[in-house]
Amino acid sequence: MTELPRLPTSGGCRNTPILKQRGQREVFCGLTGIIWLHRKMQDAFFLVVGSRTCAHLLQSAAGVMIFAEPRFGTAILEETDLAGLADAQDELDKVVDELLVRRPDIKQLFLVGSCPSEVIKLDLAKAAERMTQRHAPSVRVLNFSGSGIETTFTQGEDACLASMVPVLPKTDDRQLLLVGALPDVVEEQAIGLLEAMGIGPIKVLPAPRAGDDLGIGENTVYALTQPFLGDTHDALTRRGARHLPAPFPFGEEGTTQWLAAIATEFGVTPDLFEKVTAAPRARARKAIAQAAEALHGKTIFFFPDSQLEIPLARFLTRECGMDAIEVGAPFIHKGLVGPDLDLLAAGPTISEGQDVDLQLDRAKSAKPDLTVCGLGLANPLESEGLATKWAIELVFTPVHFYEQAGDLAGLFSRPLRRADLLKLEGTQ
Amino acid sequence: MKLTVWTYEGPPHVGAMRVATGMRDLHYVLHAPQGDTYADLLFTMIERRDHRPPVTYTTFQARDLGADTANLFKTAAQDAYDRFKPQAIIVGASCTAELIQDDPGGMAETMGLPVPTIPLELPSYQRKENFGADETFFQIVKALAKPMERTKQVTANLIGPTALGFRHRDDIQEVTTLLSDMGISVNVVAPMTSSPQDIAQMGAAHFNVLMYPETAESAARWMERELGQPYTRTVPIGVGATRDFIAEVAAISGNEAYLDTSRLRLPWYSKSVDSTYLTGKRVFLFGDGTHVLAAARIAQDEMGFEVVGLGCYNREMARPIRAKAKEMDLTATITDDYLEVERVIEQLQPEMILGTQMERHIGKRLGIPCAVISAPVHVQDFPARYSPQMGIEGANVIFDTWVHPLVMGLEEHLLHMFREDFEFHDAAGPSHHGGHAPKPEDGGGPAPQPAASPRSLSGKMNEGSVIWLADAEKELKKIPFFVRGKARRNTETFAAERGVAEISVDTLYEAKAHYAR
Repeated sequence: MTELPRLPTSGGCRNTPILKQRGQREVFCGLTGIIWLHRKMQDAFFLVVGSRTCAHLLQSAAGVMIFAEPRFGTAILEETDLAGLADAQDELDKVVDELLVRRPDIKQLFLVGSCPSEVIKLDLAKAAERMTQRHAPSVRVLNFSGSGIETTFTQGEDACLASMVPVLPKTDDRQLLLVGALPDVVEEQAIGLLEAMGIGPIKVLPAPRAGDDLGIGENTVYALTQPFLGDTHDALTRRGARHLPAPFPFGEEGTTQWLAAIATEFGVTPDLFEKVTAAPRARARKAIAQAAEALHGKTIFFFPDSQLEIPLARFLTRECGMDAIEVGAPFIHKGLVGPDLDLLAAGPTISEGQDVDLQLDRAKSAKPDLTVCGLGLANPLESEGLATKWAIELVFTPVHFYEQAGDLAGLFSRPLRRADLLKLEGTQ
Repeated sequence: MKLTVWTYEGPPHVGAMRVATGMRDLHYVLHAPQGDTYADLLFTMIERRDHRPPVTYTTFQARDLGADTANLFKTAAQDAYDRFKPQAIIVGASCTAELIQDDPGGMAETMGLPVPTIPLELPSYQRKENFGADETFFQIVKALAKPMERTKQVTANLIGPTALGFRHRDDIQEVTTLLSDMGISVNVVAPMTSSPQDIAQMGAAHFNVLMYPETAESAARWMERELGQPYTRTVPIGVGATRDFIAEVAAISGNEAYLDTSRLRLPWYSKSVDSTYLTGKRVFLFGDGTHVLAAARIAQDEMGFEVVGLGCYNREMARPIRAKAKEMDLTATITDDYLEVERVIEQLQPEMILGTQMERHIGKRLGIPCAVISAPVHVQDFPARYSPQMGIEGANVIFDTWVHPLVMGLEEHLLHMFREDFEFHDAAGPSHHGGHAPKPEDGGGPAPQPAASPRSLSGKMNEGSVIWLADAEKELKKIPFFVRGKARRNTETFAAERGVAEISVDTLYEAKAHYAR
């Protein structure tokens, strides 16, 4: 295979004690995941059962998408639904019937739990079962929770994918499953590279359509493309599939190692691996070098948001020459991000969870050159003189694999370049 | 349960946040689950605030449910006080916390914080954002304002402006100028710009200017009753309304009515010949009640439009809107369902829509020009430049904003003259407005295109059963695009009424003659 990445001489972060704090958390709930999932799963509708707050959240987070007839909506609970729970189930049936009549193209319907529906213990699992029978075979109804009390931001995707795993048909075929919703262009690149090495058949979860022949079984091996898929990982393991641990495919190094883990499993020769990856690796390195010029020697501070923080910190420190001060994640699953932690040189504070005021105090006293944070914090920090990169963009923008490596570095260098460009203060 | 994709208003605690964020030295402790902090970004992004909203969320999680959430609330409230040292605290629950029944108000009272602690009851499953703002401001005023000696000179409070309010920032300045020209100074502007200490001084004003009934009417009524302060009923949006407002202020204050019209341009612009083409433009109005009422008067009396429909999304204003509609011989559309608004617009086929962000998108979809007159709005409607809606400059701003999306008079004329010209054909659309520009070719642009099919949740989209003959269809295409929709609809109605199944060129022109004004 190709040369192994050097482990950091100072030791990695795998065994660094994690700073765990509890307090106010400035994060999205899992409902937000719907916004990108519904684009990926073209015959699915996501029906949130919640309050006006849930609808308002989706509208605020989805921005202009809301005007493009999205395949998601909120069944807003009203006073009468709260009075008696039997009512709520009938009401839900009514809303769903109405919806399916209006949107006959829907093949998968997800009932998405929210904080209010979880707190009143509205049994969406039972509702989903009942509706599956009622609307079989044209529509499959599943449920998962995207509530804030249980899920943070990207965990919504995890909960959704995990809900699909138990109903996948069984297959004994030897196959590779790529897990995690990626922009189509990125997914095609990944599959292209793997197929060029003779690896196949390759399936993806989530599949674009419910009817796609996706099965699972003991001869399935799977690679995760996203670090936040802990529950999906567990569900797949329960179905007998086997995980291929690897760093996540960000940057040239991450992508190469991720591919290498799969190539090893499928017995790809080093020569073939080299032949397939040499050109895109060189391209990625060149693109990163250009985009990362502004990043060398700069310090970075991550607020928790998406669980992408650890792999991204690994990419930025190793391939772009940045120094990490704190890497905060909403949740750290060592079984998944362990390989990334191994590569991340010891030094930064690794934190899980949040007490936002205390974390802001740390960030302000550390004065990082770049702070990665949510939209509720970005402008306030900018006004205090800290350059920020708002984190949600990292989830929506194609950033995985070789061809996006330069764009990924560019997302981080742009705020710094802009700060250099603007001459706004003290003009004489 | 009600299926919802778009909501005109957020939940009531967002209204409370609008009050808290508008104020200074006030803190809001909100009992809410992890995730509800999303609302912060409305203020930091849409309104581009450079500070975090003064809101502490308890952000409870599933593992906290049970006895622990009450403790979580107390800790959060204590921490918020210690860190921010506000002059007063408001406490309340979001929709989820309302269900777990921790009673934030009661808990906060027992904590003995050394500043006033004002509990909020905001029924999340019945009411919405505007109610939340109105109720919160009312509770704050009720708790802090006291009767006191009036100022020696005539002063007024400006009440109603909040964070995330449509043009509230600049309306404050404009109304302050109007009053100042009459020798009246402003005592307190609230909730926006004021601190709890300022609220305590509100009783010193001689009267209140109720700028936005949606967010301050309850407080205005209470102050009238308890502090003896009358409040203004006219909202000074538009020239006529501004004049009425001045007269009303004169009557309340005893000061002489005075309006400096040296910068007022709307009346002349509207009279000038280039505006003749505005005559009878059919407009549909939708938004919050206050802005729609004001817009109806401007549209009819000051722009010479024909109002073909109006409505509002906030039920609190349903009565005045219905009354206005009746006066104009129309049916009011009172709904918070955008699909219903879309249906009404489709049916009315107006030449212009004056509405919210949502109506802008409906307009885009239907190819109808639109200007924004009311919240909810996106970031572009919190502009850097001075752009009030109220008073003299507000009238100027409104004239420009409403006229801009329409094809200008001369341009309309030229399009008529040269519509067969290969470079200047009508499909090219007006030069300054993207709404009519030819749609990008397949895969041609990054703009999100509406899903092709099935068209929408509204389902139906039946073509009429009337058939257009090829010649008539060709003739129809010669009609400029901005009136073609109306011509098509009129002709079809004309044909249907007469039981004509096929539309020929003659039918087209018979219909034209029939509908000629």
